[in-house]
Amino acid sequence: METKTRVKRRAFVRTDDCVACGCCARVCPLSAVQVWRGVYAKVDPERCVGCGKCAKECPASVIEIQEVQG
Amino acid sequence: MKKRWYDYLWIVELTYMALGFFNILFAWLGMVFFCVPLIISLVWGTKGYCNRYCGRGQLFGLLGGRFGLSRKKDIPKWMKSKWFRYGFLIFFFIMFFQMLWNTYLVFAGVQNLRQAVTLLWTFKLPWHWAYHGTFFSPGVAQFAFGFYSVMLTSTTLGMMTMVLFKPRSWCVYCPMGTMTQLICKAKSGGR
Repeated sequence: METKTRVKRRAFVRTDDCVACGCCARVCPLSAVQVWRGVYAKVDPERCVGCGKCAKECPASVIEIQEVQG
Repeated sequence: MKKRWYDYLWIVELTYMALGFFNILFAWLGMVFFCVPLIISLVWGTKGYCNRYCGRGQLFGLLGGRFGLSRKKDIPKWMKSKWFRYGFLIFFFIMFFQMLWNTYLVFAGVQNLRQAVTLLWTFKLPWHWAYHGTFFSPGVAQFAFGFYSVMLTSTTLGMMTMVLFKPRSWCVYCPMGTMTQLICKAKSGGR
């Protein structure tokens, strides 16, 4: 039987370059992004659907939307 | 998304900048924009100010976003590098202390009050119309002129990078944001 693999998208933050401004958290419609202790943005993989709003908003362009196996 | 009261703090920022055109002593109110982020990061160890309450960032977001005044291009790599961000923070510190030194000289009576606002640390703009005297030492007014210079300079730089790059590009190299992030890093044990 053929098994179908569902491709999901998710936001990934390059935490080393993140300035923790929180622009991503402001625009996330699912509250999937939060700024961890004022150091960097953290994505909740359970909530993120990879819509890309955060990546578009990020002034430092440190968020990428990547495909993940679901 | 539901708007909250702090989503309108851009009005406070706009009002602050406008007040400086009428009476320079209002510049003292800007101390709030300096103290609150530091207190939040020192006490709670978060960048809550940047994340929620920064009226300046909101203003850039509004002008560059809804008003379409931004090209929405990526900021150059060097501008988001740690070298530039920390370097700019140090530079800002030096200029800030130089401003404090000038204020001290006026307080001490060594130097006369200069009724000018310095834009981008270089251009002296006549600003005498916004000075109507003070009950206190002229040093109080000198600090106001100096502090407003800092605020106007950073707003101008922020506007320039807002137009050229993404709306809130200022947030990337904002000295206050860099400093509060460093505090948060230290508080969280280096991450």
